[in-house]
Amino acid sequence: MSTDQTGQGGAQAPGSSGKSAGPDHELLQLITPAGERISHPEFDVWVKDITDEQLCSLFEDMTVIRRIDVEATALQRQGELGLWPPLLGQEAAQIGSGRALRADDFVFSSYRENGVAYCRGVDLTDLLRVWRGNASGGWDPYSVNMATPQIIIGAQTLHATGYAMGIQNDGADSVAVTYFGDGATSEGDVNEAMVFAASFQVPVVFFCTNNHWAISEPVRLQSHIHLADRAAGFGIPSLRVDGNDVLAVMAATRVALDRARRGGGPTFIEAVSYRMGPHTTADDPTRYRDANELEDWAAKDPITRVEALLDRKGLLTEALQQQVADKADAVASELRRGCTTMPDPQPLDIFKHVYSTPNSWLERQQDHYARYLASFGDPAGAVSEEGAR
Amino acid sequence: MIKEFRLPDLGEGLTESEILSWKVGVGDTVSLNQVIAEVETAKAVVELPSPFAGVVKELHEQPGSVVEVGKPIVSFEIPDDGGAAPSESAGLSSGAGEQAVETPKREPNLVGYGAVVESSGRPTRRPRTFAAADSLETVTAPAAEPKPLETRPAERPRSTPPVRKLAKDLGLDLAQVTGTGPGGLITRDDVHEFAGHAGEAAAPTSAPGGTRAGERETRTPIKGVRKHTAAAMVRSAFTAPHATEFLTIDVTPGIELLDKLRSSREFSGIKLTPLTLAAKAVLIALRRNPALNSRWDEENQEIVTYNYVNLGIAAATPRGLTVPNIKDADALSLPQLAQALTALAETARAGKTTPEDLSGGTISITNIGVFGIDAGTPILNPGEAAILGLGAVRTMPWEYRGEVALRQVLTMSLSFDHRLVDGEQGSRFLADVGAVMAEPGMVLAMV
Repeated sequence: MSTDQTGQGGAQAPGSSGKSAGPDHELLQLITPAGERISHPEFDVWVKDITDEQLCSLFEDMTVIRRIDVEATALQRQGELGLWPPLLGQEAAQIGSGRALRADDFVFSSYRENGVAYCRGVDLTDLLRVWRGNASGGWDPYSVNMATPQIIIGAQTLHATGYAMGIQNDGADSVAVTYFGDGATSEGDVNEAMVFAASFQVPVVFFCTNNHWAISEPVRLQSHIHLADRAAGFGIPSLRVDGNDVLAVMAATRVALDRARRGGGPTFIEAVSYRMGPHTTADDPTRYRDANELEDWAAKDPITRVEALLDRKGLLTEALQQQVADKADAVASELRRGCTTMPDPQPLDIFKHVYSTPNSWLERQQDHYARYLASFGDPAGAVSEEGAR
Repeated sequence: MIKEFRLPDLGEGLTESEILSWKVGVGDTVSLNQVIAEVETAKAVVELPSPFAGVVKELHEQPGSVVEVGKPIVSFEIPDDGGAAPSESAGLSSGAGEQAVETPKREPNLVGYGAVVESSGRPTRRPRTFAAADSLETVTAPAAEPKPLETRPAERPRSTPPVRKLAKDLGLDLAQVTGTGPGGLITRDDVHEFAGHAGEAAAPTSAPGGTRAGERETRTPIKGVRKHTAAAMVRSAFTAPHATEFLTIDVTPGIELLDKLRSSREFSGIKLTPLTLAAKAVLIALRRNPALNSRWDEENQEIVTYNYVNLGIAAATPRGLTVPNIKDADALSLPQLAQALTALAETARAGKTTPEDLSGGTISITNIGVFGIDAGTPILNPGEAAILGLGAVRTMPWEYRGEVALRQVLTMSLSFDHRLVDGEQGSRFLADVGAVMAEPGMVLAMV
């Protein structure tokens, strides 16, 4: 738990509060699986500005990204996408944190944070370009302040720490946020990124979504202690939060962001969630996972509990449900249209995005290649001929 | 408008998948993303959501068939004004229907379908052109490879799904059948007629390469003892909650006793086996544990405890498993019991067991030891409360008087109906049987 949220600022020595990195991290929770809002002496203040209306919109966002996920999975099964990494079950972790960010913060994510990308305003079609094999990167990172997803496990944490060093040099108060999974914590990159982040006390948030499975390896094989407890070894304060509780995730993220903005350095957040689906559409989790475990986590569903909370508050009206369903339908159909009407990349596209400024050597190559393509006569034929290879 | 759905690469780099089942039939109206089939790839079993909203026009593949990635598996009739995924400009799913019957064109294939498969068979390896390979290969291979591209792919013989199913069941290749229906359609009669001739003329295609003399599988009607056994086992397994316990004991003294008895006058000419000993031990133990010699009477809501024992012995016969029983076995002396066991086995093996021998059993023993097996979880003979599995007697290193010695060791497996028998009673019974077999003198303490 944070000792810093009262706004005193300044770098806290890790563990000096006796709580921040203790071995017995409590699991921060503000909404129970049954949808009961429970108060917390320290963290309530971080979400006290969340109005009923905003709660409804968090509910909407989670529902929409679940729908994006389902639609993209269907598109993969229909041969429209090569692969898709489902986020089913991790909606609260992504929306709760993604919605806590400022526009000038910068996100470095893994491939599963499609819900965070939705929060950042990534175009739905852009979201699918890589998975359709149409581009090596779907969008301009600077247009939404989110890097394109990193496939190399954990490598994005280094990028985030580096970017945060830049923020520090600029004297800005924005924050670099990096998302990664439980498996990534075992990677060298993540450990190096945390060492650097702690050494330089840079404004970076390490957001670890512990979804319990690194493909087929259970998290208990990777760590005999809570992942949040590992941060203490780096001198980084950490929080352990119910990753299926959108308010708790938001509170924790805000605490971490606040510390970073005030020059308090990095924070490690372990959002305890569960990967309800396969690792990717090419994976069969039934081969290594117990169905009972899945059932246990289904009872902790992040959307169901917000729905229940809204119901308790008398906010779950038919109008709201209809509005959310319509929004999800609209997004799903836009996603499908964007995917199936995506133009195939052209041979000459390969020369784009190599240099930010004109390069005569490359232009000469491009010219040669264009003439080579033209030698086939029918340009369209040449395109499809090359496209097949 | 007809739209075809071609099998996508459902994993990463798969070349084929097996259709496990169809969730829709021809004529069904399906909505977008409705699950239409279950498909097994090398990696996972996945559900296929429909890419179109429309009416199922044709299922091109039967459940159980392994389909190459990119092959059409289902056609939909799509309303012209919409319902379809607006994919006209994608160049991916559009025009799939038209292309299917033409010579396959090269097309962009970055998504979902993997590399274009040039031949109809397995993916072929390309010869290495840079190496100074055998000249024969370098000359012929490049010439031979493009061929499949030029020829039209063999058109699927025209027929209907039931007829294809029939042909498949009969192991016939429809391509060899001449269709007499409209437009060369192969009818049911055509298949039957071809099947009639095929018997005389050509060998059925289901025996590839002639490596197998007969059919690839043998179909035996379920009848007789097999049918009876199956019904009895299902009935027993799903009505009586089974619990099974195991006990491994040193039966050296029991075996030594059998040896002694064999040389005695009273037992001359009588076959004495561990089963004889076990049968007697069961009968003695039952007196102290009558719950195991009982029956659950569901209809009258009563528990029937027998004051007699009809001891069933599971017997493997040429006709299958039978469990004849020895009537009033508890009243028999050991020589009588041994003789009854021998007679029962001989009658069973001769196939002369009468229905009366088979009915009225109260508890059973199955002697799996004769097959060299140690233990198992026997299924109760229906209506009985317990069954004892007798394992093989093995010479094993065993604890004997504080040291390891080679002893005659045997494992017993007792299944009982947990409605009638609690763990305590079952355990006491099994322990008693074990005690008698391990130390026959223990009988003195029991009777």
